[in-house]
Amino acid sequence: MSFPLLTTTAVVPAAGAIITAAVPAARRTTAKYTALLFSLATLVLAAVAMIRFDPSGPRYQLTETHTWVKNFGLHYDLGVDGIAVTLITLTALLIPFVMLAGWHDPDPLETADNRRWRPTQGFFALILLVEAMVVIAFEATDVFLFYIFFEAMLIPMYFLIGGFGDRAHAAGEDEGARQRSYAAVKFLLYNLVGGLIMLAAVIGLYAATAKQLGTGTFSLQEILNARAAGRLHLATSTERWLFLGFFFAFAVKAPLWPLHTWLPNAMGESTAPVAVLITAVVDKVGTFAMLRYCLQLFPEASKWATPTILVLSVISIIYGALLAVGQRDIKRLIAFASVSHFGFIILGIFAMTSQGQSGATLYMVNHGISTAALMLVAGFLITRRGSRLIADFGGVQKVAPVLAGTFLIGGLATLSLPGLAPFVSEFLVLVGTFSRYPAFGIVATLGIVLAALYVLVLYQRTMTGPVKAGIEGMSDLKVRELVVVAPLIALLLFLGVYPKPVTDIVNPSVRHTLSDVHKTDPTPALEAKK
Amino acid sequence: MSASVTRVQGAHGAVHGLWAQAAAGPDRFPTPHIEYAQLSPVLIVFGVACVGILAEAFLPRRNRYTAQVVLSVVGLAAAFAAVIALAEKGYGTTKAHIAAMGAVAVDGPTLFLQGTILLVAVVAVLTFAERRLDPMAHGRHVDSFAAQGSAVPGSDQEKAAVRAGFTSTEVFPLLLFAVGGMLIFPAANDLLTLFVALEVFSLPLYILCALARRNRLMSQEAAVKYFLLGAFSSAFLLFGIALLYGFAGSVSYGQISRVIDGTAPMTPALANTTGNDALLLIGLAMVTVGLLFKVGAVPFHMWTPDVYQGAPTPVTGFMAAATKVAAFGALLRLLYVVLPGLRWDWRPVLWGVAIATMVIGAVIAVTQTDVKRLLAYSSVAHAGFILAGVLATSRTGVSSVLFYLAAYSFVTLGAFAVVTLVRDAGGEATHLSRWAGLGRRSPLVAAVFAVFLLAFAGIPLTSGFAGKFAVFKAAAQGGAMPLVIVGVISSAIAAFFYVRVIVLMFFSEPKVDGPSVAVPSPLTSTAIAIGVAVTLVLGLAPQYFLDLADKAGVFVR
Repeated sequence: MSFPLLTTTAVVPAAGAIITAAVPAARRTTAKYTALLFSLATLVLAAVAMIRFDPSGPRYQLTETHTWVKNFGLHYDLGVDGIAVTLITLTALLIPFVMLAGWHDPDPLETADNRRWRPTQGFFALILLVEAMVVIAFEATDVFLFYIFFEAMLIPMYFLIGGFGDRAHAAGEDEGARQRSYAAVKFLLYNLVGGLIMLAAVIGLYAATAKQLGTGTFSLQEILNARAAGRLHLATSTERWLFLGFFFAFAVKAPLWPLHTWLPNAMGESTAPVAVLITAVVDKVGTFAMLRYCLQLFPEASKWATPTILVLSVISIIYGALLAVGQRDIKRLIAFASVSHFGFIILGIFAMTSQGQSGATLYMVNHGISTAALMLVAGFLITRRGSRLIADFGGVQKVAPVLAGTFLIGGLATLSLPGLAPFVSEFLVLVGTFSRYPAFGIVATLGIVLAALYVLVLYQRTMTGPVKAGIEGMSDLKVRELVVVAPLIALLLFLGVYPKPVTDIVNPSVRHTLSDVHKTDPTPALEAKK
Repeated sequence: MSASVTRVQGAHGAVHGLWAQAAAGPDRFPTPHIEYAQLSPVLIVFGVACVGILAEAFLPRRNRYTAQVVLSVVGLAAAFAAVIALAEKGYGTTKAHIAAMGAVAVDGPTLFLQGTILLVAVVAVLTFAERRLDPMAHGRHVDSFAAQGSAVPGSDQEKAAVRAGFTSTEVFPLLLFAVGGMLIFPAANDLLTLFVALEVFSLPLYILCALARRNRLMSQEAAVKYFLLGAFSSAFLLFGIALLYGFAGSVSYGQISRVIDGTAPMTPALANTTGNDALLLIGLAMVTVGLLFKVGAVPFHMWTPDVYQGAPTPVTGFMAAATKVAAFGALLRLLYVVLPGLRWDWRPVLWGVAIATMVIGAVIAVTQTDVKRLLAYSSVAHAGFILAGVLATSRTGVSSVLFYLAAYSFVTLGAFAVVTLVRDAGGEATHLSRWAGLGRRSPLVAAVFAVFLLAFAGIPLTSGFAGKFAVFKAAAQGGAMPLVIVGVISSAIAAFFYVRVIVLMFFSEPKVDGPSVAVPSPLTSTAIAIGVAVTLVLGLAPQYFLDLADKAGVFVR
């Protein structure tokens, strides 16, 4: 038996969470470093998995197979394709930055008199716990195993949003607490309802496999093999219902218009690092699952639903961008920008072309990095001023030029400036869409124009102009903050010029997925950048 | 005597099953054949209960508490060992049969449920015996029960009893009697045994409900409500039994089902009087009403919130867990043994009941402001989920219900045990607003309660999820997909109010005069620890227990 690399990649952060939580109340700094150490170890493991992954090898690699609960058809099946291994690496990469950026976030919650109350330990342990669950969800090749962690990760996320939310609230402390708890509950209920509807579909899938195969199973491999061999055939209506059950949950998570409304609340009320965790890490599970489960398990239904989903994703792109233009709150602006970007990702997935899907996967990575850069710098900005209203800022570039500069680069990445990583993916998505659905491609392009508007207006209002009251003494980025921002910007530049390392890993997996849906590219269009 | 009976009956030409045996003459009167070994769990519990009564009568007051606690735990453990021994010998599977002259079935479901009830009872004894939570009265540690049940609340007699340090140690024998009845209830294989078992476990519960130390009037009110409505439902049950007897000429499950199938050996005289479908349907409906009352299904759930709120919390925990197990066991046996051929007649009605129970339980729970009432309505919603498993009408359905009951009962016990810890000057602080910020002050207690709430909500990696998945899966396979969909929607509604409590505990600022968390003795700590352990084990590694429930999923006919 070979070394269970994938299990280890998930177990290390989980163990880190337990150990961090167990650090005594007085040793706060120890807890922080412990958590950081475990997140770095996870990053190393993820990098090893990425290196050991052979793009020309079999579809799922580094597989591990065990039966967990036989009666439920639940297997502990792990395996990664190019898409999964890329997203795992992205997750492992972002977590240390999230931790560093949130280094002092739980400090205001510390009380001197209560030795049982350990917010710092809790904060970092919860982040590691989320990481472990996200990693398992990416690794799972069993539908039910995926579902369990897809659902379970809501709980630590919920505590991170509600318990460690943003204290910079204009309406005062009480109103802030109320808003925070509202955002946390909204997040949980939206996702829980999505998850429970998916549960009905998961049970339906089990009933269908149990009926046709004798024993019910959730193993992706077994289901796909059985279908290839003709032993499993879902009736058209069954397949459509099950698809809708799955897709609903993923569309809530992703989030797709009109199910997106929890995201601005959740991102607005949580601290910047937690907001990054939501949009750059956790939400990616939703779009990933569309590629992995919706398309593979229900190819016919996916094709049936494509027109509707494309319409919804284009609405997401335009609607998200328009609302971003109108926001007065920096974090909510970034949240609506994310809604717009998730629209691009879903558009790329359901355009059913290899450029579209490669672009969508690459988009997931790039959006993760660019949003992290923009949001974390915005977080530094907000902490300094104690407000997140755009109107409270102005002329920051005169007092804190480095901060303003990094904010600009993050913003330019968000609007997909050529030369920065998101440009490549957005271009691929649009090309992929255009080759099959020109109309959607044209409308989606409007999203780019709007993105330029909301990013540049945001920059102009906050960074340029006369120095506003309350900004004068603002300090520039400190070393810890530079350590967070510099590597992210370097990555954006690197992947903007040379995305090949990622596309090489992703492309074969995308071709597998497309062949599941029996789709080929419409015309010999240009292959994803090689 | 019996000869005259024969003559009278012969004259009327009506021969009834029970009487017919006696009518055959003294020489054929069968010697009662009782399989003592197979009934040993029940016999041990009743025996120990009787010893407990004697101890109450003869031991000096200061020794009673220790003696009762030890007796109860040892007795329940011995009964559990007997259940295990029976299961080991194969009485749950290959040697399953009907014992005690057709009165009691010893089979898989019986042994599984008896084992569950006994374990629940052991944990309940621990919470009953807790004496560190209430402030000391006149220098003595006191428990959650009234000093003297017969003393009028607020009277001088009551004050004297408190001053003298009286305690109601008779709660332990009462608990044992209730457990004894609950052990027979799911095993009952004829309607009379069913009724007797129902009364045997209900009466001690009525008394236990009335024995709270704090809020005695509320506790007594709860007991009266429970008693009146319970008596009402017993009357339904009894009337239904009479009608079923009229239908089949017998109270035995097997005979009734054979008459329904038309495979019963009949004399012409019998054939003339039996088989009236109207009697069958009305009788069965009434018996089912009696059982649905005990499980707390809508529309027979009205008693749950008041009784759960008024009863001493350890009793509530025990009642919520064990009664549900016993009553669902009896319901399963009735529906699966008596009615396998008549599914279409009772299915639509029970579907309606299940849907109403899930939805109404979840929706009303949203508006509750008292922890105990909240848990009461949540137990109603859970009864609906379990009914979905019952309605799968398959072996998987039976085993999923068995598993759910085991999982649910420990979560319930644990949750109510936590409720006993949160206190202010007036005793337990059960109003939800008092729980605000508990997570700040006592993170561990709040975290444990959060685990139980998440298990109730059916979040993955807890036993609640495994149970919910098992029953919904069985229901889907049994063609009850609409129930599954209603079930997941109700789960979402239910999740809202469980989560609201978590929000309150962790995200609200603590109140200045908020309740304190009492430090319990090892007894309650153990009970809570067992609850958490079972919740996590059944959530993470349920395979062994699912297999066990699967093996136990066959009723003997």
